[in-house]
Amino acid sequence: MRHMTAAPPRPARGVLPALTSGVWKVAAAAATPIVPTEILDMIAPLRAGAELRGRIVAIHRETDDAATVVIRPGKSWRGHIPGQYIRIGIDIDGVRHWRAYSLTSRSDAADGTISITPKAIPDGLVSNHLVRDARPGTLVMLDQAIGDFVLPATLPAKILFVTGGSGITPVMGMLRNLPLHPAADIVLLHSAPQPQDVVFAAELAERAASGQIRLSVRHTDVDGMLDFAGLDAEVPDWRERKVWVCGPTGLLDAAEMHWAAHELTDALHVERFRPTIIEPGEGGEITLLDSGLTIDADGSTPILDAAEDAGVLMTSGCRMGICFGCVVTMRQGAIRDLRTGEITTVEPGDELPIQTCINAVAGSCDLEV
Amino acid sequence: MTLAPDRTSISPTAPHVSEPTHVAAPHHTLNTRLSVSGGAERTHPPKKSGEPNPMGHLTNEQIEQIGIELDAIRAEVMNSRGAKDAAYVRRIIKTQRTLEIGSRALLLFSGVKVKGVRPAFWLGTAGLSLAKILENMELGHNILHGQWDWMRDPKIHSSTWDWDMASPARQWQHSHNQLHHTYTNVLGKDTDLGYGLLRVDKDQQWELFHLGQPIWHLVNAMFFEYGIAAYDLELRGNLQNWDQLSDEDKATFKANLHEMLTKIRKQCTKDYVVHPLLSGPNFGWTLLANFSANIVRNVWSNTVIICGHFPDDIQTFETDSIDGETRGEWYIRQMLGSGNISGPTLLHILSGNLSNQIEHHLFPDMPSNRYETISPQIRDLMQRNDLHYTSGPLLKQAYQVYRKVCRLALPNEEPGRTRWSVVRGEFGKVLKGQGGARTKRHAPSTAV
Repeated sequence: MRHMTAAPPRPARGVLPALTSGVWKVAAAAATPIVPTEILDMIAPLRAGAELRGRIVAIHRETDDAATVVIRPGKSWRGHIPGQYIRIGIDIDGVRHWRAYSLTSRSDAADGTISITPKAIPDGLVSNHLVRDARPGTLVMLDQAIGDFVLPATLPAKILFVTGGSGITPVMGMLRNLPLHPAADIVLLHSAPQPQDVVFAAELAERAASGQIRLSVRHTDVDGMLDFAGLDAEVPDWRERKVWVCGPTGLLDAAEMHWAAHELTDALHVERFRPTIIEPGEGGEITLLDSGLTIDADGSTPILDAAEDAGVLMTSGCRMGICFGCVVTMRQGAIRDLRTGEITTVEPGDELPIQTCINAVAGSCDLEV
Repeated sequence: MTLAPDRTSISPTAPHVSEPTHVAAPHHTLNTRLSVSGGAERTHPPKKSGEPNPMGHLTNEQIEQIGIELDAIRAEVMNSRGAKDAAYVRRIIKTQRTLEIGSRALLLFSGVKVKGVRPAFWLGTAGLSLAKILENMELGHNILHGQWDWMRDPKIHSSTWDWDMASPARQWQHSHNQLHHTYTNVLGKDTDLGYGLLRVDKDQQWELFHLGQPIWHLVNAMFFEYGIAAYDLELRGNLQNWDQLSDEDKATFKANLHEMLTKIRKQCTKDYVVHPLLSGPNFGWTLLANFSANIVRNVWSNTVIICGHFPDDIQTFETDSIDGETRGEWYIRQMLGSGNISGPTLLHILSGNLSNQIEHHLFPDMPSNRYETISPQIRDLMQRNDLHYTSGPLLKQAYQVYRKVCRLALPNEEPGRTRWSVVRGEFGKVLKGQGGARTKRHAPSTAV
């Protein structure tokens, strides 16, 4: 499981490291069954060697429904390449939720902070919380930055960014890390429903004025969606440009079709926010990841029973939801508690220990079994 | 939020024939305890001893209604879990760790005398005892029950937490969460009923061994964590029936034993070697302090737990009475098989809220800080249904248990025979070499 055990100090040679390792062993023997890092975490959660955490230091409003959250990461932070994203784990109503956000800050900020710029969306639990309720001082869990939606080390001569909505965030991360007069010709086509929805509107305009980018902002409520068929008029040399596209699924699909149709797929980079959306259903497929087995189950049979019917004996206990002896890790999918009807979903990339004896599959679920 | 799943209405449009032609294999049948409504008509006959069935006065409809009400109480609490509850458990963790570190720091000077007394020894021992009690009950027991799994914090989770006890967490979860909580107070199935050591119910068979149970009980209380550990291992049953065990069972037992001994070695090294050595010249005093704190913790947790299941007025159930048991019946068995301890908030916290044993047994995975708040509803529900809500102050409940342990050390009176003549008869058998009464015992059944 992720974030489960703290790594002991790595072995090293020499008198001082040997002493440190000796002290560590004594500390471990004195603290068992908890590891000494647990106690250090109470005092210095952001120290070097700790699991990566961060503290929110400021929250700046960008638009009515977007805000920039400035975070000071712990000393274990390894830095990021502009365009990458981080996963952030934050407790909301006592429950920890993990979501991914593109980094919008400079990668070399003098104060060592990083930032993300979430946009509140309907049913977007974490984004809504970060934009409206989160407060500076809050400790959050972090993952190291990942993602290959980045500019190459040697900048291409001509670049086209196509962004929609909060798809501007990774591109903003790139622009802020580029010189104001880069050795590249950069065009940014951004779409947002209305003028007041454009995140970073003022800063984008400034960057356009200073000549860093050629900016075209489209207000889709008035102008309609961007149609790549009309790209020749807006960016006549688009075929010569390396392209980065980030935004809603429709925009990404259209871009992929357009560049594929012109056999220019190599020039195109896309970043998908949410590769899959989990839609709960009634019954469905249970996939056992270790064995690769897939089981069809109805919506009223506990996952444990369905697996046993299919000949897979999973760990089990009381069979009524009280002993937690049947807990396995769900990697993605949706399940329904047969006692309460409550639906639990796990997004891809996330994971959750679940009780198989009282939950039925609701759509599909992938289990580490 | 719906209540318990209504299985009969899953496919309301399907015109099923009333009598299914195929009977599914046992494991295809859903656990009847998942549903408040039983399929077949349930009966509640009197117990073998002639005592009435504890839920014999209720109709099946009343039992189903009790199940529905309790499901609703559970749903209300579970749906309102939030930041306050999370803050509560984190506060307890922080308090416990601070108290433990502070007490152990104080104990570095455990031998230092000030005006004839050793203040660091006394304060440190008291603090460490409290810290161990918190760690054991409000934290360990409850986190290992999965009460805080909903927070999705991998550090405060039933699958990762470990505690300062001889029992490895996973082994204890099996014997406690699964066996004891599922089969609460079912004679022959719930091995917590006397821990295979004590006779705490008239319906348990008397053996010569029980004559010494007032002493066994005290020793068990003082070294409770080891008693629990041996019991998690099913040590006696496994050793007695060693020849009949399959190779697989033997291997499992050996692996569990090895895991437990490793754990015990680490616990003992911590309390009886590392910390005493760290206190240098005060080695002996620190060792004594740590030993005392372990004894205090053991006696306290034993006391809380015996008060939860063994005082007078708490019911036991026949083995076959639970076949096909519905959720409603299971709930009633939990309520009648448990008893509360009344007292101030501090008592509730130090008992890990097991002072609300009834509420805990109804909803073992509910955050412990909520038990006290639902107890008026549970008491009301039980009174309305003529079910006895057992509750009393600690001393009264503990006294009842000790009295019962002493009384039941002797066999039940038999027609035409006094208790002592039964005892003499058993002695006679042993002396004639017919084998001790102990061999008549069956290993506790652990089949699920």
